[in-house]
Parts: sequence; structure tokens; C-alpha cells
Amino acid sequence: MLRVENLSKTFNIHILDNKVINAFCDVSFHLKRGEFLGLSGPSGSGKSTILKCIYRAYLSSGGNIWFDSAEYGKLNIATAPNHAILNIRRREVGYVSQFLKVIPRVPAIDIVAEPLVTKSRLSLDKARTRAGELLERLDIPPYLFDAYPCSFSGGEQQRVNIARAVIWTPRLLLLDEPTASLDKDSIAVVTDLLKELKYEGTTMIGIFHDRIIIDSVTDKKYEMNQGVTVHAAQ
Amino acid sequence: MMSLPVMKAEGLTKIYGIGCPVCRESTGPGYETNICRECGAVVACGDISFELYPDEVLGIVGESGSGKSTLVKLLYFDSEATHGAIYINDSADNVLSLSPFQKRRIRNSRMGMVYQNPHYGLRMEVTSGGNISERLIMAGWRNIAAMRARASYLLRKTEIPVLRIDEPPANFSGGEQQRVQISKALSNNPSILFLDEVTTGLDLSVQARVLDLIRALQSNLHLSVIVVSHDLGVIRLLTTRTMVMKYGRVVESGLTDQILEDPQHHYTQLLVSSQL
Repeated sequence: MLRVENLSKTFNIHILDNKVINAFCDVSFHLKRGEFLGLSGPSGSGKSTILKCIYRAYLSSGGNIWFDSAEYGKLNIATAPNHAILNIRRREVGYVSQFLKVIPRVPAIDIVAEPLVTKSRLSLDKARTRAGELLERLDIPPYLFDAYPCSFSGGEQQRVNIARAVIWTPRLLLLDEPTASLDKDSIAVVTDLLKELKYEGTTMIGIFHDRIIIDSVTDKKYEMNQGVTVHAAQ
Repeated sequence: MMSLPVMKAEGLTKIYGIGCPVCRESTGPGYETNICRECGAVVACGDISFELYPDEVLGIVGESGSGKSTLVKLLYFDSEATHGAIYINDSADNVLSLSPFQKRRIRNSRMGMVYQNPHYGLRMEVTSGGNISERLIMAGWRNIAAMRARASYLLRKTEIPVLRIDEPPANFSGGEQQRVQISKALSNNPSILFLDEVTTGLDLSVQARVLDLIRALQSNLHLSVIVVSHDLGVIRLLTTRTMVMKYGRVVESGLTDQILEDPQHHYTQLLVSSQL
């Protein structure tokens, strides 16, 4: 499903006298359909940078990212043309970060429903119904559905963020610490949601600090710096 | 299942002045000027090529004088390109070599434009309905009742009270004028919409409403849009791909989030780090 080969990323910062920062080099791993890889390592070791390279929010400096696209077949995300990347983001690849970054002035329920309308072509009513069910599962009270998430608490924002990411069952989902400020109960719900996604065939790569999530959903671990794949959890 | 571009530009160049053989090679970011050292001509746009896909919003960002508005004027035939070609849909004919009459026809049937200054896009003393009908007439409409119905529909869509259809835009606020301009630009059901700094100069809450309106219209009507702005917030909100211009050249282009998070060119890094 996904094969990362000798991936490297350096930042060349022209405005700081061409300072060069090596984020990581020579990262290789592969994932079969429905597998879940946990990325771990100390902060600053390049975990988020890898996810951003796979989502192409960052340009890779070297190596390949082979993705089995439903639309294009084998596609090298590191070098594919922009509109191909936009297409796979629209239909196949999801990304969820630690912070909810959404369009301002859109109610929570519509933020969650939107991927079902634009990606899965559901009607707005049906999408809203499903979004509401999902938000309730994540313990967001219905009276907040039509409020703007920028006024929500950190934990509520993260739950909206996760709901938006999992509602449309992408083929590949990249998770960059989306559970950082969640309490135990919410983490248990998120763990269940991720297991359901995995069961439906979504391949995932995630960065988590919470051991419960790592132990209960990931199949493999990639340790940054050491650069080896260790089989962990079950 | 690759869709074809709705518009393709190749080597678009606009030179103000006499021009000479070295104009293009002696200007640009590498020389930190767009003035030709031999003849003193200004290369406002040099060798610009891009493709615009259906249902896509492409941003053009850059500081004043970088050539972004000139580029849009070339695309909308407001200004004549010195060199280059524009192809519409998958036609192999360069529309720049067509007669002025044929260009106007393409513009009236396929394109819409919203200028920064509503005075360019509207006749301030003519009623709002009249402004919209003017464009419909150019696109071949003749039935007055139908034009009036269309104008009411568009004013409703852009949140202008239909009651004000017979009032001239001169009586309107800046944000309302901009929304009448958007109605006018959309009246002929264009497939390509150009927005040139449309929210510059509006206050924050009005800016937000105009931007929300543009987003809603784009996703409902599946328009291809080119957004010119020096405001990275507008670019982030509206666009999926972005071209960065400097000294009349495109110095960098890519996915908008990549341009903003991992800018490659010196100028783009400076621009992104200058954000408030």
C-alpha cells in the first residue's frame, strides 16, 4: 500500500544565510493494506516531517514514497504532479494534526460533515446526520453542533478534528498526535474508531504519546534515529 | 481519469516600452529588477506558463509591482500580451491570435472578472440591475424580464437586498459594491472567474463575508478561479495551488499548504516569515 524508500528531508533556509537543517535521512518502511505503523522518537527527531512529506505539505529532498492509488496505480508522492496529489488528497489520503485548522465561521457539524459531501458525494442532510452521530460518540454535546469550533476547548477541538478525519474512511490516514490533549474516556472512543477504520481497510501511520493507543492499534513501530522497524504490539 | 485544463498559458510576456532582444534575459529575480538594462523597457510579466484545471482555485501571490495584476489583465484580454499563448479548454488555437471580436466573445461567454476597485467593474451611476443586464446583453441575452429575473437571483445569491436592484452602486458601501461586482461577473455563468485583490481595503468583518461568499459560490458552481492577492490569509483560505511572483516572473509554484509550510525560494521564505 505504501513503501517509503530512503526518504530524506533537508530544509534550506535562505533567509538565515542558507542555513541547512537535516530533518532526517534514509528512512525506509513499508505498509500493507490495513496495517498501522506507529512512529516514535524524541521530539525534534523528524516524525511530523515524515508525515508532512507523505502528505506532500513538505517536499521530500531525496528518496521515494510509493503509494498504491486507486486512481493512478503506483504513484510516487515525492515527485507526482500537483493535481495528482490534490486528487489523491480529495479521494484517498487524509491527514489529521494536533491542532484543528479549519475554515473560520463554519459550524462544528458542517466541518465534520464536509468530507462526506465533497469526497463521498453524500447529500448534506445525510452527511450532517452521520456527523452528528459521530460527534455524539465523541461526547460533543448537540448544543455545540452549530457553534464555531474556534471557541471550543482544546480537547473538544481535537475531537472535532478526529471526527472530520475518520468520517470518510480514507485509504491512507496520517495522524500527527491528534490525541495529545484528550482524557482517558475520549482516548478509548478514539481507539475504537481507529480500530473500526483499520477493520474497513484504512492503512494508517500515526504519532502518539499515549501508550494505550500505541499498544492497542499499531502493528509496527518505526523508531526514529535508530532507523529500524521493530515488530511490536500483538 | 485525468481532467483537461480549462485554461493553459504558455510563455506569457508583457513588456511596457520599446523592448529589445535582451529584455527577457536581463530581467527577473536573478537580476533583482524588471527593467531592461539595454532599452529601459519594463518586463511586467516574463515567460509565464501554467495550467488551470476545472473546479480549481489557483492563487497568485506577490508584492506590489510583481506583475500579478498584469498577468490577470492579459488572461482577461484587458491588456495585450507581447508574446505567448493562451489556450481555452483543450482547443489547439491560441486565443491571443484571434480577432478582438472573437476575444470579446470568449470573454463574454466564458469569463468573469472582479477588480480590486469596483469603479473598474461597475458603472457607478447605472442601477445594479442595469449593470448586471449590461453584461447579459453582451453575452447575447435580449429578454428584459428574463434579465431582470437573473439580476434578482444574483443579487439574492450575493446577499444584496433585491429591493435595491434599481439603485446605483454609487449609493452602496464598499462591501456591497464588491458583491454587486461579483453578481455582474457571475451573470453569464462563466467557467473561469478572476478575482484581483477583491478584499483589499475592506474592513475585517466585510472581508470575511465577501470571502465566505466567494467560497460558497465556488463550491456550488464548480468554477475555476484565479485569485490574486498579497494577503497570505486570503490565499490560504481560498486556494489549493499557488504561484509566487517576483519581478515579473513566477519564482515558485506548488500546493498552497506546501508553499506556506515549506517554501523553497528565498523570496517566498521571506514572504511567509513576514506574516503577522
